[in-house]
Amino acid sequence: MRPTSSAFIANAHKAIADAGLQKALARSKTNWQARRAAALAGLPEFEALRDAGRSIKRHVMSNLDFYLEEYAGRVEQAGGQVHWCATADEAREAVLRICRQAEARTVTKGKSMVSEELGLNEYLEEHGIVPVETDLGEYILQLRNEPPSHITGPAFHLNREDWEESFREHHTHLAADRVFAERKDIVAEARGVLRDRFTIADVGITGANFLIAETGSSVIVTNEGNGDLTQTLPKVHIVLATIEKVVPTLEDCATFLRLLARSATGQDISVYTTFSTGPRRAPDLDGPSEYHVVLVDNGRSSMLGTDFQEMLHCIRCAACMNHCPVYSVVGGHAYGWVYPGPLGAVLDPALIGLDEAKHLPAASTFCGKCESVCPMKIPLPKMMRHWRERAFERQLNPPVERSMLRLWAFLAQRPALYRLGTRIAARMMAIFGGKNGKFSRLPLASGWTDARDMPAPEGDTFFARYAREERAGRI
Amino acid sequence: MASSPRVALFVTCLVDMHRPSIGFAALKLLKQAGCTVEIPRAQTCCGQPAYNAGDRATARALALSILDAFAGYDYIVAPSGSCAGMIRHHLPALIENDPNLAARARELGAKTYELVSFLTDVMGVTSVSARLEETVTYHDSCSGLRELGIHDQPRALLGTVTGLSIKEMADPDVCCGFGGTFCVKYPEVSARMAKDKIDDIASTGATTVLAGDLGCLLNIAGRASRENVPVMVRHVAEVLADMTTDLPPIGAPRQS
Repeated sequence: MRPTSSAFIANAHKAIADAGLQKALARSKTNWQARRAAALAGLPEFEALRDAGRSIKRHVMSNLDFYLEEYAGRVEQAGGQVHWCATADEAREAVLRICRQAEARTVTKGKSMVSEELGLNEYLEEHGIVPVETDLGEYILQLRNEPPSHITGPAFHLNREDWEESFREHHTHLAADRVFAERKDIVAEARGVLRDRFTIADVGITGANFLIAETGSSVIVTNEGNGDLTQTLPKVHIVLATIEKVVPTLEDCATFLRLLARSATGQDISVYTTFSTGPRRAPDLDGPSEYHVVLVDNGRSSMLGTDFQEMLHCIRCAACMNHCPVYSVVGGHAYGWVYPGPLGAVLDPALIGLDEAKHLPAASTFCGKCESVCPMKIPLPKMMRHWRERAFERQLNPPVERSMLRLWAFLAQRPALYRLGTRIAARMMAIFGGKNGKFSRLPLASGWTDARDMPAPEGDTFFARYAREERAGRI
Repeated sequence: MASSPRVALFVTCLVDMHRPSIGFAALKLLKQAGCTVEIPRAQTCCGQPAYNAGDRATARALALSILDAFAGYDYIVAPSGSCAGMIRHHLPALIENDPNLAARARELGAKTYELVSFLTDVMGVTSVSARLEETVTYHDSCSGLRELGIHDQPRALLGTVTGLSIKEMADPDVCCGFGGTFCVKYPEVSARMAKDKIDDIASTGATTVLAGDLGCLLNIAGRASRENVPVMVRHVAEVLADMTTDLPPIGAPRQS
């Protein structure tokens, strides 16, 4: 997808004014936050699991080449093929090549953020292949031609009325006067429509939550079962995964699974956790005859050894965005690219460049909630600050901000001059705003006063008053 | 350590400029707790505006002046979780690569506390002699809560204020949208966050909202005033030091 991250301020403006979006976002608290809290309450060892998960990830990132080679070797032993792709272009071409070899016309897809990152649907369509999203959320987004706004609940920005509207518009073969009384009616209709697509698909593409080095297995977690149908019914299964998804052992995978569902949806475990290893073997009753792993770097390896390495620990649970006060106000689309919220604020600049994504790490209060809920304890605010440092070095922030900062820095390093300046400013502000106790407009401070009043200062600075009290012998 | 620890008060730039009474409240509380309080004259700002803007060089220069200005005290105390967190955690991080100064920075950081948690956790203060006939709600400022673990301490001391009762918000720990320069760089997002905070405050029925950081308080008071929500806004130290009759709430008209 083409990024619109540089228009974050305009995107946010639109989002805040969008009543439907705001209604949808309000569900964050009950849907995500409360459920996660309840799940954690029932698992006293959650903190210990976080530490265990983090140390596994640290170990993997220090030995990533080793585990990737081990993984690839096991995939091949199991009869699969691994396609190493350094860039998005290579990954798209690899997928297309496999599809063409299979003479594919229709491709079913499980939910995959990497696919969004690659813009795979558009690419396949351009080459005459029909991609069909089978995750319920992704399916409706495909109907509406919208990108996901959330990494685990892609259609989180939509309300039930939006679903009904889209289904009525697109499922014209069904009775026009049908009633959607409950959520399950929507699910049932989608299931009916999708069932046919599963059976005609030539290739199934899934993402991967984990790749297991010791067995060569890929793991997906879903709640709808669409992933299983996507990867077992067609004759070719493509696993689309980025390199940091590899974990050493099944045991390690279990540690992450315990953290993932609880952090994401508050479930103890997702409804389906599916391990797939290679194509169908002789005694298997079903499964694909070809099994491909398109292993994508697309910028990840360049984060190794940098201030951003820990971002590669992310298991994509979305707890950071589910708890982010900025995300909960502007929603996912405002971030303007595939990964929204705090994780996007760190990842997007690495993947699409700081020039495009400079607002994302800047648009944070550093409240620290994201880091506090991250199952991998990724220091997201710290890494956002590192991006700000790079933006500052490259002078990407506005000139006005830079001049104000320079002036302030000049004064702050000269205490005597600083005292004089603050004394005059405080006194002036108290004289002009003291009677009402506030200003509703202030020159040079419209960023503040457009949105709120500015309380007037008391008048004296602390240091002036303290000196006076001291002289008078009252202190 | 002597029975009367030597405490340097880090006034903070916002308190100095905007509401010095909070500094005097801190002074009073620290003295009541038995501290010898000094005000190092060379202090200005903890450097967060530069640090969070990505201007590491300026942040580091300010960190070095703080190291000098605050050398030799038993403790450094600030009436702000944000500034205390900056000195306690981020200042050592800014200097960690300087082998000559890293140890000093770590030592300074370890001696730095936010006011209320210093009173309870270090000085063992369990009650205050203050009166306020109001129902209050307490906003947990982000840095204080998540960098310094300040949650129970202010509530414990507020519980000993005569006439005061506490009603909790649904989400006292959600950011108010201040975020330093965030609030002027992204005013619309900030204002919406502040609105959510004010809705939460209003739904408690409390007449006063308290917090430990003036930045958040200015944001909350400014937005409440813009929305005509009649809630009084004060720093927790003003209440604990029994100074509420001496000055009007933040953003309220001056008493004549």
